[in-house]
Amino acid sequence: MNAIAKDKVFIAFQTNDETRSIVEAIEADNREAIVIRYPAMVKIEMPGRLVIRRETIEDLIGRAYDLRELNLNLISLSGNIEESDDEFVLYWNQH
Amino acid sequence: MNMPTNPQKPAKKLSLKENYSHLTRGLGWDTSYQPMDKVFPQDKFEGIKIHDWDKWEDPFRLTMDAYWKYQGEKEKKLYAIVDAFQQNNGQFNVTDARYINTLKLFLTGVSPLEYAAHRGFAMAGRNFRGTSARIAAQMQAIDELRHAQTQAHTISHYNKFFNGLHDYTHMHDRVWYLSVPKSYFEDAMSAGPFEFVTAISFSFEYVLTNLLFMPFMSGAAYNGDMATVTFGFSAQSDESRHMTLGLEVVKFILEQDPGNVPIVQKWLDKWFWRGYRLLALVSMMMDYMLPKRVMSWAEAWEMYFEQNGGALFNDLTRYGIRMPKYHEVASMEKHRLSHETWATFYNYTHAAAFHTWVPEESEMKWLSEKYPTTFDKLYRPRFEHWREQQAKGERFYNGTLPMLCQLCQIPMFFTEPDDPTKICYRETTYRDEKFHFCSDGCKDIFDNEPEKYIHSWLPVHQIYQGNCFRPGTDPTAPGFDPLAEVLQYYGFHVGEDGGEYLGSPDAKNWKAWTGKPAVSE
Ligand SMILES: [Fe+2]
Ligand SMILES: [Fe+2]
Ligand SMILES: [Zn+2]
Repeated sequence: MNAIAKDKVFIAFQTNDETRSIVEAIEADNREAIVIRYPAMVKIEMPGRLVIRRETIEDLIGRAYDLRELNLNLISLSGNIEESDDEFVLYWNQH
Repeated sequence: MNMPTNPQKPAKKLSLKENYSHLTRGLGWDTSYQPMDKVFPQDKFEGIKIHDWDKWEDPFRLTMDAYWKYQGEKEKKLYAIVDAFQQNNGQFNVTDARYINTLKLFLTGVSPLEYAAHRGFAMAGRNFRGTSARIAAQMQAIDELRHAQTQAHTISHYNKFFNGLHDYTHMHDRVWYLSVPKSYFEDAMSAGPFEFVTAISFSFEYVLTNLLFMPFMSGAAYNGDMATVTFGFSAQSDESRHMTLGLEVVKFILEQDPGNVPIVQKWLDKWFWRGYRLLALVSMMMDYMLPKRVMSWAEAWEMYFEQNGGALFNDLTRYGIRMPKYHEVASMEKHRLSHETWATFYNYTHAAAFHTWVPEESEMKWLSEKYPTTFDKLYRPRFEHWREQQAKGERFYNGTLPMLCQLCQIPMFFTEPDDPTKICYRETTYRDEKFHFCSDGCKDIFDNEPEKYIHSWLPVHQIYQGNCFRPGTDPTAPGFDPLAEVLQYYGFHVGEDGGEYLGSPDAKNWKAWTGKPAVSE
């Protein structure tokens, strides 16, 4: 195992009704995700790569979802970003 | 242009990527009756070479329609909560009035930086010739103005009930400890546009800002300050975008030309150290000023710099970038930074617009647990001594003025990296004049650009030169009290804004208005 492969990405959201489903979706799509709850804030850590899928969120909230809506509740993140209409991905390059 | 094949059918919605590329590529043009180099005179002198501006990517691909829509939603949400907070006297639901001092420091020290960031990004947007870079800088300039405004609006409510919040911009431009954040940002703004974005977007917003906002907002939530949590979150949702921009900017510059790498590395070294020094103020807020603490400074440093920052710099090694110089010194200092800083403000609190105090016994116990190798040995005895003196009615105030570091402008109280009992002094002679520094980090920055930093406006020097009195003051008049006059010049209400917390008007009002003790159990 390469030491760099273990580097974690993270994303943090405000704790509220909207993000409950987003966090649930992230947990469903990222088996190794670690969810940490702070006062008013929820932080999700994931080794190497974390993906947020539009469809998973839509299934949970029962309406169409634009991934740019993530902006509304985002507190912080770490990692390179790739965003398309369907996926929002955070990752570190592994050598 | 593509013609729709079937005019009956509505045109297919553009993808995020297409939409963004129309905005950032389609709307730009090269000037023809003036050469581009004359229109954009500032994006070459720093030595950064850009071969293809089209390689600049905004990973969020935010277009103007989405920008205004989401920003509007954020504002509505924020002001609804601020209204509810004010209508319900939310200011009395915080842990105790000591907490308000974090807001005083924030409003006078950080909010003016938001405004400075607004100006800085407006200038950067003007000076980059790439369209997507200009758009990103423009959005951020608007965001930062929003942050300055929402912070002033939110905290203005506290100004009705607590001291020290009455004139934050006046103070920011004059007060000794506020010259630390002010000079930090003005250093960045007076650099070229590439250094500015590397300093602010990357080194500050990407690498260090989590250490400011995450503990500050969690701390506010934990201490019952709903208003601050809300403006903090609202700003932070923009901040995630700024952080992303910071990383993209640096990657873009590094990918454009191998010659850019050493220039960027030098900026990373410089702005890491400058930002880290600035965060000394945050360290004491986390460990001493929050009545209910979320995590210690050392824990935050480990989580947000050593782990996350480490991952980031691992990722950047493929460009030939290494960890910023002196990061190991910052890690060595993590068990002492907040204690040394708070002790200094305890000394000089009569000349500050916020209160200080000796931590309660239960709080000292927490500090011992969080700092097992340093607190009991090095710092607890000092606080116990001060507590005894206070009990005898001899609260200690330091009547002299401290020597400041020429670079970071912080009083020279930091200790030697390998000896926490010895004050660290460094000096340089430049054009027959001696300049003093708190650290090797600060000295290196000066030695690289001495002509810039010999002009620093050092508050203590300015006081001794007689430049910090109100117009018409006669220092030769009998009974002239220089310190009292300087505090007037700062716009302080002497006897109300600063000094010891116990027995202060804030503490008395808190008890009278809430029926709760001035120091919560
Ligand atoms: Fe901001
Ligand atoms: Fe920002
Ligand atoms: Zn310094």
